[in-house]
Amino acid sequence: MDFFLNRYRNLSVLLAALLAQLALLAYQVKSGQDVRLIRIWAVTAVTPLARFIEGGRGGFADFFKDYFLLLNVRDENKRLKTDLDRAEMENQYLRAQLSTADRASALAIFQKTSQSKTLAARVIGNTTDPNGRAVIVDRGAADGIQKGMAVIKPEGIVGKVIDVFPHAANVLLITDPSFAAGVVSQKNRAHGTLKGQGQSTVIVDYIQNEETVEQGEWFLTSGDDLIFPRGILVGQVTVVRPGKSQKEIYLTPSGMQSGLEDVLIVLDGVHGTITEAPLPNQPVHLLPPPGDAPAADPSKGVSNQSGSAGGGVAAASQSASTDLDRLVQRDRAIGAAQNHKFGDKNSPAPNFNAAPDKAARPPGPAPASSPNP
Amino acid sequence: MTAPRGGFRDSTSAAGSSKFHWIVIVGVPLAAILFQVYVPRFVTDLAYLELPLLVTVYFALTRRSPVAGLLYGASVGLAQDSLSHHYLGMYGIVKTLVGYFTASVSQRFDVRNPGVRAILAFFFYFFHEFFYWVLGRGLLGQALDFDPVRTVVLAALNAAVAVPLFHILDKLKATE
Repeated sequence: MDFFLNRYRNLSVLLAALLAQLALLAYQVKSGQDVRLIRIWAVTAVTPLARFIEGGRGGFADFFKDYFLLLNVRDENKRLKTDLDRAEMENQYLRAQLSTADRASALAIFQKTSQSKTLAARVIGNTTDPNGRAVIVDRGAADGIQKGMAVIKPEGIVGKVIDVFPHAANVLLITDPSFAAGVVSQKNRAHGTLKGQGQSTVIVDYIQNEETVEQGEWFLTSGDDLIFPRGILVGQVTVVRPGKSQKEIYLTPSGMQSGLEDVLIVLDGVHGTITEAPLPNQPVHLLPPPGDAPAADPSKGVSNQSGSAGGGVAAASQSASTDLDRLVQRDRAIGAAQNHKFGDKNSPAPNFNAAPDKAARPPGPAPASSPNP
Repeated sequence: MTAPRGGFRDSTSAAGSSKFHWIVIVGVPLAAILFQVYVPRFVTDLAYLELPLLVTVYFALTRRSPVAGLLYGASVGLAQDSLSHHYLGMYGIVKTLVGYFTASVSQRFDVRNPGVRAILAFFFYFFHEFFYWVLGRGLLGQALDFDPVRTVVLAALNAAVAVPLFHILDKLKATE
């Protein structure tokens, strides 16, 4: 035996090291438990360094930001040499400070308005997985963080806590392939399961082909997973198509779009309601262009007054999307009122200066009101 | 050739092996892991740089002792595992093998030659990624992706980084 170990010492040590690690793997897989002690050592060793580097980076960035800002102030002072300019520079400085604080303010406002009790945390590092997506935050068991808590931003969900250490925690991001959460579509109330796929987009599974999901529709948390409170934004549908039996739905996660620096950990979630109210970043309602105003120029013969053919034109113009469309509709109405056939050389040119309400009702697009008798 | 205080060296290591101060032996892989944890937050593309692997390859190459190489690889791998959210031992096993094979190969080549270093870094990156994929799928049944073309490109990038990195690490040698 001794001879064998001496003769094949390297190979013996290799086999011993591999077997020990395989046994470690087997223990974790079999028992479903983690070897917390080793992880705690590693995270505890890395966390202070990561905090130090993050602090140094922040200080370094602030220093240069202040430096360049100071240069700007000096240039301004040299150029204008007035107290007013100095005041303007102070104003600019304050604006810069405000923009820097915008992110924190957004979080603070969200924290205040949200019914759920949350705790702000800062991302201090990534984990080392090649395919996984997880980050380390600077809050841990000492701050009341527990495994399974939801992590969100005002823009949407971010992930969930998967490991808790004394002063840090690992957060599995929603883009990780092993992530899953219950979601529901805002408009059609289709329930599904959100899954990460290791890329910037996520998918929603288990929605049957018969259900309706539209492109651009928002998905929110359904609360079914008992992790995320119901009604938090998840993302917007970018691709939806029928699959074999279930729809293939791809979302752009809204919580991951503006980078990950500060997040909120939900300590005590309160389920919200899901309404069909417009969500952030959706198109806003715009008034029609001023061409349709009631006080239109009477010389052009267009009027929106009740009982006139002009009203019909105006009504028809509701379906027109541009000013040119409206002009074409008006000219067609005038031509039709004077029995003019467009394209017929023998037909006399219509009088486009005449108001459309001077003649019979145009046969073109259906007007909303009848012409004068 | 006198051994510096605090350095480590096993009595059976091959001729031409290098010695390092213990601060370098502990500090360099720690810095590499910290780099992997922290830097990709700001420069996403640098996530493809597997510095802990390159450091393992370097120390195994210069130590020229399979036992030291595999123990070093196992330590670095387990440290990486403990900062991930997967099972402990995945990186450990892969880097144990990388450390062992690198040290074994180093006894047959002139490991100070930049070309040889680049080729070894390329090969062991590919081996590392492939074996990790095999372990993940075979042992744990995970649905991991492995794109050979992409891995070859990343191996070439890591090899390109390895040559200057190894040159810098050469400066940290205590004795040779």
